[in-house]
Amino acid sequence: MWTEFGSTTPPSSDTRWRIVGAAMRKHGYRPNALIETLHTVQETFGYLDEQALRFVAGALRVPLSQVYGVATFYHFFNLKPQGRHTCVICTGTACYIKGVPAILTAIEETYGIKPGETTSDGNISLVSARCLGSCGLAPAAVMDGDVVGKLTPLETVNRMRRWTK
Amino acid sequence: MSTAPARVKTLKIDDRDVSGREEETILDVARQNRINIPTLCHVPGLSPVGSCRLCLVEIKGSPKLFPACVTLVREGMEVVTKSERLASYRKMILELLFSDGNHICAVCVSNGNCELQSLAQNLGIDSIRFPYRFPKLTVDASHQRFVVDHNRCILCARCVRVCGEVEGAHTWDLMGRGTSMRIISDMNEAWGDSETCTSCGKCVQLCPTGALVEKGKSVAEMSKKKGFLPYIVSMREGRR
Amino acid sequence: MTPEELTNTITTERETQEKFKHHVCVCVAAGCLSSQSDKVKAALEDEIKRQGREHECQIKGVGCMGLCAAGPLVSVEETGTLYQEVKPEDAAEVVASLEGQPVARIKGPSEAPFFTRQVKIVLENCGKIDPNRIEDYLLSGGYQSLTKVLTEMTPAQIIEEVYKSGLRGRGGAGYPTGLKWSTVAKAPGSPKYVICNADEGDPGAFMDRSVLESDPHRVLEGMAIAAYAVGASQGYVYVRAEYPLAIERLQNAIKQARRLRFLGIDICGTTFNFNIDVRLGAGAFVCGEETALIASVEGRRGNPKPRPPYPAEAGLWGCPTLINNVETFANIAPIAGRGGNWYASIGTEKSKGTKVFALAGRVANTDLIEVPMGMTLREIVFDIGGGIPDGKRLKAVQTGGPSGGCIPEQFLDMPVDYESLNKLGSIMGSGGMIVMDETSCMVDVAKYFMEFCMSESCGKCVPCRVGTAQMYDLLHKITEGKAGLEDLEMLEDLCDLVRNTSLCGLGQSAPNPVLSTLRYFRDEYMEHIVNKTCPAGICKIKVPTEVTA
Repeated sequence: MWTEFGSTTPPSSDTRWRIVGAAMRKHGYRPNALIETLHTVQETFGYLDEQALRFVAGALRVPLSQVYGVATFYHFFNLKPQGRHTCVICTGTACYIKGVPAILTAIEETYGIKPGETTSDGNISLVSARCLGSCGLAPAAVMDGDVVGKLTPLETVNRMRRWTK
Repeated sequence: MSTAPARVKTLKIDDRDVSGREEETILDVARQNRINIPTLCHVPGLSPVGSCRLCLVEIKGSPKLFPACVTLVREGMEVVTKSERLASYRKMILELLFSDGNHICAVCVSNGNCELQSLAQNLGIDSIRFPYRFPKLTVDASHQRFVVDHNRCILCARCVRVCGEVEGAHTWDLMGRGTSMRIISDMNEAWGDSETCTSCGKCVQLCPTGALVEKGKSVAEMSKKKGFLPYIVSMREGRR
Repeated sequence: MTPEELTNTITTERETQEKFKHHVCVCVAAGCLSSQSDKVKAALEDEIKRQGREHECQIKGVGCMGLCAAGPLVSVEETGTLYQEVKPEDAAEVVASLEGQPVARIKGPSEAPFFTRQVKIVLENCGKIDPNRIEDYLLSGGYQSLTKVLTEMTPAQIIEEVYKSGLRGRGGAGYPTGLKWSTVAKAPGSPKYVICNADEGDPGAFMDRSVLESDPHRVLEGMAIAAYAVGASQGYVYVRAEYPLAIERLQNAIKQARRLRFLGIDICGTTFNFNIDVRLGAGAFVCGEETALIASVEGRRGNPKPRPPYPAEAGLWGCPTLINNVETFANIAPIAGRGGNWYASIGTEKSKGTKVFALAGRVANTDLIEVPMGMTLREIVFDIGGGIPDGKRLKAVQTGGPSGGCIPEQFLDMPVDYESLNKLGSIMGSGGMIVMDETSCMVDVAKYFMEFCMSESCGKCVPCRVGTAQMYDLLHKITEGKAGLEDLEMLEDLCDLVRNTSLCGLGQSAPNPVLSTLRYFRDEYMEHIVNKTCPAGICKIKVPTEVTA
């Protein structure tokens, strides 16, 4: 492991590493490209696993503990694989006062997951977002990439039910 | 003279006339004049971070408080390091630190040699007003010679700085944020498994509490040797 | 692009657009997209092709029109007709009506106070131009200010204009923009950097996102003018990763601007060089703070640093750095074009110009609006916002997000400007305005914001890391009906401590929501503490059942 530090050779033959490599090359492998690179890794693989973090640390010459510190400071980064479906519930002020707590309760009662958790079958991840900037549509959520607004607890759970079939 | 003359400022600290070079901080000048300002995160020789907020002082003419460890001296400045307001804030900050960890002095190897404990004694703290938050934290004894007990860590980041800035290993860093922030070695793995740790022990010696200690010590036996840092710093400066 | 080339391009673009008899604009900003406005646009395009009218009707994707809650929105440029909640099935009727009467069934309010009371400077192009086409921006006068500044003005002259305009930072604190620019311009050291803060983190504020999605070139133009003024050659836009559409449009805009030499080398045929790169935030509210933002751009944990030194002297990589937010930069091109005095003629004595607000919560029109500084809260909420729906009564307006406060009904006639809001214990902030009615519990609202500050605290300094957690615990205790008066006293002491001893603005302002609700709604706190009831019925207080022996 030690001797590989600083290597720009990807950890496996997975061709997706080329995308990550290209992102680092674009920034001249500068240590300050760490966050940009982590974004690319997450976009490509869906999450940041230990292997990826070690590779990025080596290639950008950033200490391991610093890479891990950065990856865990920013809540946008996932260190665990996400479910097949993702429901991002907005918990911004407008959504909060228009009834997001009830929506979260309904999801927890139906699927047993809180924000930040994934169902045990790995099907659905529930994520809370600080503000989606869709306050006009409060309460709003992003379900598998689609913004949906003016939600009720029932409607939210019904929409999620389509994923469990 | 080829070098620019150092500009010297005169100022008042606690009504005493003192002087300092323009690149010196209020804390530097206060310590030269044996005026005590409490600190926890600050260590001469490491980069200042201004995070413990214990060294906050008043400057006449401003309603704001200033961290003495990073505020440079200015001509004519009148600094107050002791006041009722400052004492009450310092006490509350220490009480917050106590409430945020699991600090039980009676069973701690650093009992009697702990900077947190002695500051609390100096400020006359005998009980903690805030409810204890009892975080669930771990102890890692995987290292051959040292132990890290997160229950006693106050997140001053001295270990992080000395490891990165002086030893150059950067084994330690902080992970997470807010109340879930922790010190970590490498990729948040057992200290004993760290590939980068040189086992130099600088972090242990600089840790203000019983969070980083040597193995095999029992209650109150762990006293720390901090003299190495000024020595290393002055030797490095001398070589320049 | 030289001034002559610019004129030629505009003429060509005008001729192309004038070939069309009708211009139908479909909003493709995030709000309307989420109600499938892209499908409406496709349906309109199909319909026009079906009727064989491609040569006389243009369907244009445009940015935010403001009335996000009534989307998808479609407007007809020639008549000014606005359609709301348009469905793909409506396409045929809309196209057919271009010559005759508008479709009454889906016609929106275009004469309402919502439109007539607004003054649009920042949002002037929003909902009118295609954010994906630089030509459309050029046709509406875009990049003319930059050309003018570069060819006719000195850096000192443009700083003077910004100074005269009285523009203050729109990100929160309201620091005079001209002063900031001149500090960076005078700071010794090179290179210098210009950063646009687009890490819009205040929950309830989405104006920056809207501007980036609807009119990205305006921000780039403002940044380029700033770079010329302070002597920078590299700029960054630090934008939230949570805004994928804004990022896409911004990157597209940068590419287009480089192609036409409004960015890059030899801008506008002069020797001025300036490049802009995008840096992505990653979900940390604290990175809206200048020093934390810089740490993040440098690829590190977003921990703030004590100031001084200020970024104007020692910022990105230790170099002098100018940081303004999106809305501030969006004001620059109009100021440069029309002069500082024109801008200063709008607004109040100390707060000049206009401000964009995101009106949300318990209000009829939840929208993005731009009004002159000094308009009263009552006018904003009742005239423009259409008042409180369902016959409910207004209780408070929350401004400034987690750093702001709740303004009660009795102050609705205060003019909205930096000073008045400060006096009321709130702040302008980035412009989120959340209306609350009697169904909101103010203790619960304070708890909501404290939860926000607690989990967004970077954890570096003790008062913010532990203090916000202790305050949250106390507020939670109050909402559970388990707190006593001594807890309230402890809460107030903690507010005082955290406000005065925290390292950065996040901690220093974290107590504001508590302090302002304590100031105006103390009785609600007392109800929870003494009578163990929640007047709004939000907090679930379990009344202990008395055991009778």
